[in-house]
Amino acid sequence: MTGTWWGCRGLGVRFGDTVALDEVSLEVAPGTVAAVVGGDGAGKTTLVRALAGTVRPAAGTVRRPDRRRVGYVSAGPGVWTDLTVDENLSFAGRAYGLSADDLEVRVGALLDRTGLVEARDRLAGRLSGGMRQKLALAMAVAHEPELLLLDEPTTGVDPVSRAELWRLLASAAADGAAVVVATTYLDEAERAGTVLVLDRGRALLAGTPEEVLAATPGLVVEGAARPDAIPSWRRGARWRAWSPDGSTPPGTSPVTLDLEDAAIVAQLRQDLGRAA
Amino acid sequence: MWAMAMKEFRQMRRDRRTLAMMILLPVLLLVVFGYAASFDVDQVKTVVVGPQAQQVADALPARLEVVRVAPGEGRQDAVEALRDADAAVAVVTGEGGQPQVLVDGADLFSARSVVTELRGRPGLPAPEVLFNPGLETSAIMVPGLMGVVLVFVGTIATALGVVRERQSGTLEQLAVMPFRARDVLAGKLLPYLGVAVVDLAVIVAVGVLLFDVPFAGSPLVFALGALLFLFVTVGIGVLISTVSETQGQAIQLAIMTMLPQILLSGLIFPLQAMAAGVRWIGYLLPLTYFVQVARGVMVRGAPFGALVFPLAMLAVLGVVVFGLSVARFRRDLAPSGRRHGRDDAGDAGQDATAPARAGTR
Repeated sequence: MTGTWWGCRGLGVRFGDTVALDEVSLEVAPGTVAAVVGGDGAGKTTLVRALAGTVRPAAGTVRRPDRRRVGYVSAGPGVWTDLTVDENLSFAGRAYGLSADDLEVRVGALLDRTGLVEARDRLAGRLSGGMRQKLALAMAVAHEPELLLLDEPTTGVDPVSRAELWRLLASAAADGAAVVVATTYLDEAERAGTVLVLDRGRALLAGTPEEVLAATPGLVVEGAARPDAIPSWRRGARWRAWSPDGSTPPGTSPVTLDLEDAAIVAQLRQDLGRAA
Repeated sequence: MWAMAMKEFRQMRRDRRTLAMMILLPVLLLVVFGYAASFDVDQVKTVVVGPQAQQVADALPARLEVVRVAPGEGRQDAVEALRDADAAVAVVTGEGGQPQVLVDGADLFSARSVVTELRGRPGLPAPEVLFNPGLETSAIMVPGLMGVVLVFVGTIATALGVVRERQSGTLEQLAVMPFRARDVLAGKLLPYLGVAVVDLAVIVAVGVLLFDVPFAGSPLVFALGALLFLFVTVGIGVLISTVSETQGQAIQLAIMTMLPQILLSGLIFPLQAMAAGVRWIGYLLPLTYFVQVARGVMVRGAPFGALVFPLAMLAVLGVVVFGLSVARFRRDLAPSGRRHGRDDAGDAGQDATAPARAGTR
């Protein structure tokens, strides 16, 4: 990538003998959103922490702005549950050096944008999961960071709140932030400009959603019954299968590929390659 | 029922710290406190002054361990020796007549044993008890208990406050915010120190007004001792928080640091009555020195010069414990080993390149 970018190149992280990340690269331009996708133990949290500077890289380069220009939402609650919404926002604003006047204006705007005006005097511990995550996000963007890092902000959040959180993320990117979101939901990743799929600490797929889909070989088909001879997986009530040679087995029909299919195919290819 | 018991056994086996506490602590406590739990003072430090000092010193009972014989000194010097805790008993001899025996009432158990020993003994008059004439237990216990209260606030409250951040996951959030470790720590501790100071003022007032505990010395010297002691207790609290994952673990460890302090500091059992090995544990504990300062200032009216040693010991312990706790806390807060100078790099951004060797956390 040319021009300004935040992220990492060839990043490796080890915890003792365990390789948590190996040769991972992610470059995020200002004003764009990158989704880091993967299952449990894939290395998402380690990557976000390495970008935030709380985990030391064993190899590669991390590029991030000054710490005062980074916003971060951890996988935990990310808020002080025994402080009110207002107090949490004020603390975050003051921590990042906002003046009293700027803070008042900014807190008002963030409360409006997150729909937390009515709850501003409520303890954060008494908020619903979705509202708490919105508060955490509002705290992370209070100082209008250049790099916004979020570790699974939508995990355990209802679909409506998820949509609202993504609206807020898009809004932060529109304000110029480079946004990195770790998530387990592949459908969310389709909203991002860049996708990085991690598996056991290595990059499985990387690129724009379109590039990732275009790079998927063969054909994904769907049918009511499980196709024989080719790798298949459940998708809702039906079966999907990957046809490496592009043929359509009897009883199936081609489907429009999405990121979930692409990730599964990439995983299958990796497993087949290992088995071979 | 068996399934439940098996589950508990498995959980207990994995919680090694609790298991060790349950098995080893009672044995350790029994051995240590078995040697510590004694009110019997065999030897009492004694100074003998006045023209007949040597002659009288030779005739004193064995319990009175003569540490100084000063024929050239008088009653005032003897009182100062007691006030400065150089001795617990002073014998003042004159040109003729019976010598006077002065006893430090702030050293309660020594004083009681001496008063009992000398009562009705031919050749010696009834001892005169100074500083705590009624030999009131409250007069010496209340100043020491102030230390215990400060341990509660300083160690337990601080440890819980810091561990709560870790347990709730917000410590990680703080690690990314543009704070230096010392700012986080100072900001975190300031409210606890404030509460401890208020606590201290209330306890002193209650002790003086309700229990008639004297306050004979300088409030400034007392305040200095209390602040140094708080410095150590808060440091222990932070240190505990850095090795505890949960508030339960922090409380366990805090109790393990409090119990020896309460029992081996001279607060309850006199240090002179303890076996040497156990007494030396007492000499490593901050409450030992706070008790000396508090009793010295409040009951005996000891000046700064007489308390330099315990004050210096509190300062040394404070520097060691606090230094250690800050180092560990800094490591907790910035596991990447991030230096502040680098975080202050310009807005153009920064590259953090991995060190040449394979790094670990």
